[in-house]
Amino acid sequence: MIEVRNLTRIFGPIRAVDDISFQVGKGDVLGFLGPNGAGKTTTMKMISCFLEPTSGTATVCGFDILKSPMEIKKRIGYLSENAPAYAEMTVSAFLKFVADAREFKGEEKKKAIQRVIELCALESVYHQTIDTLSKGYMRRLGLAQALIHDPEVLILDEPTDGLDPNQKYEIRNLINKMAPRKCIILSTHILEEVEAVCTRAIIISRGKILADGTPEELKKQSREHNALLIRFQSSMEDPVMEKLEQIPEVEKVEILEPGKSFKLYPERGKNIIESFGVYARRQNWELEEVGREEGRLDEVFRTITQ
Amino acid sequence: MNGFISVLKREFKGYFTTPVAYVFLVIFLFLAGYATFEPGRGNFFLARQAYLRPFFANLPALFIFLIPAVAMRLWAEERRSGTIEVLLTLPLTVTQAVLGKFFAAWLFLAVGLFLTCPIIFTVSYLGDPDWGLIITGYLGSILMAGSYLSIGIFCSALTKNQVVGFILAVVACSVLVAAGSPPALDFLSRWVPGFFVDIFESLSFMNHFDSIQKGVLEFKDLLFYISIMCGWLIATVVLLQNRKAA
Repeated sequence: MIEVRNLTRIFGPIRAVDDISFQVGKGDVLGFLGPNGAGKTTTMKMISCFLEPTSGTATVCGFDILKSPMEIKKRIGYLSENAPAYAEMTVSAFLKFVADAREFKGEEKKKAIQRVIELCALESVYHQTIDTLSKGYMRRLGLAQALIHDPEVLILDEPTDGLDPNQKYEIRNLINKMAPRKCIILSTHILEEVEAVCTRAIIISRGKILADGTPEELKKQSREHNALLIRFQSSMEDPVMEKLEQIPEVEKVEILEPGKSFKLYPERGKNIIESFGVYARRQNWELEEVGREEGRLDEVFRTITQ
Repeated sequence: MNGFISVLKREFKGYFTTPVAYVFLVIFLFLAGYATFEPGRGNFFLARQAYLRPFFANLPALFIFLIPAVAMRLWAEERRSGTIEVLLTLPLTVTQAVLGKFFAAWLFLAVGLFLTCPIIFTVSYLGDPDWGLIITGYLGSILMAGSYLSIGIFCSALTKNQVVGFILAVVACSVLVAAGSPPALDFLSRWVPGFFVDIFESLSFMNHFDSIQKGVLEFKDLLFYISIMCGWLIATVVLLQNRKAA
């Protein structure tokens, strides 16, 4: 539903977005990861037709962002960074304004507003001025504004930034609930969020895409992917370290607790759980715990973007 | 069209949900009334005539400060608070947004001018005014207000800072008001060729306002105000669209 082709955006001397291409389909939740200033927001602004690209283009629902921005704006819901809204208006007036601009009329308008009010749990602040809302409510209002026309495509720039853990959980639930029917792009700094909601993640830095895959695929790039965490029942005699290092395909052993608890890193792409099992039985080791690591996204993120 | 109407409605109501409207109306009505009846310069009573000339004559000067104050928040505030992203990702064009804001503010100024109606009751109580003059006077005022406003909107779109927008608009409006005054023309004629001085003089708000005020509704004066408004509004649209691309 979204197809980005060689999108580039230059601000003066800075190439904010540098020749990036990707596709997102219906049912996908694409997580945009990257350090600050990586070009996430700029890319999202271009897809939402707020900024024009310096070169390259993108299509949304088959419409080109340069040729038919109006058609795209009708089909897209956009929550921009910090979820701005007119401070002097009340929540109800603001949503009515957005519904008006989105060509809702009469009964339909009431229903649309009612729907997002419930969806985003804004009942209690309905008559409050936006000025007086807390950060969590601001985000939810921004989300309500983006969802009012039940868009096919949703672009969310840091939807959970600055929220407390409960609010984050609620927003993620909401995204998960909508995901199968929509095409969603969201940007975030929070890596656990990617695992919680995204079907796919793109890591972007200095305007370029550095990695693109499902969160599982990305985790496989981690050095800790398939590493073994072992813990002996009782403290072992000294040559245990050398013994562990002798196990085939073990690249490195890290001591977590001397004589008792170790972390075994496999050679790249190898799975050492079986060879470790065979070796442990032969040695008659009494193990309290063996755990396999899946790999950590934040580690992948750091190695890729630094 | 829907985009235009919804922006217009939002902006117009916006004046009344903030203190801007009330502060503006009170100050405008006070100053306009005071300048008309003030014994020294506002020679309403001295003239011993039932006409509104002393009232209209003060408007160009009043507008220099008051209209930029009405216009300054229109774009600067949107950019500062980031709501411009919400506005321009709604299915409406930049032109619709600019026109919506312009007409909302213009309508608000028209409300302000309408509220000066007690002055009409005063002259019609005191004597037998020339209604044609009053009507053209108000028409001229509203056109002039629109012209100031279009400049104010452009200046507001130039910056994120309302105060900067305000000052730029005050300066631009003063230049256009002063353009026809003899000292300004005299000063200019020392530096530039004569035809340029003529062009500059023809840009003056005052000259065009004077002739409308005298009851002469000429096509060229209407055209002047309308082209000023169109010119600055088009410039605003171009400015905002350019910012999208650059």
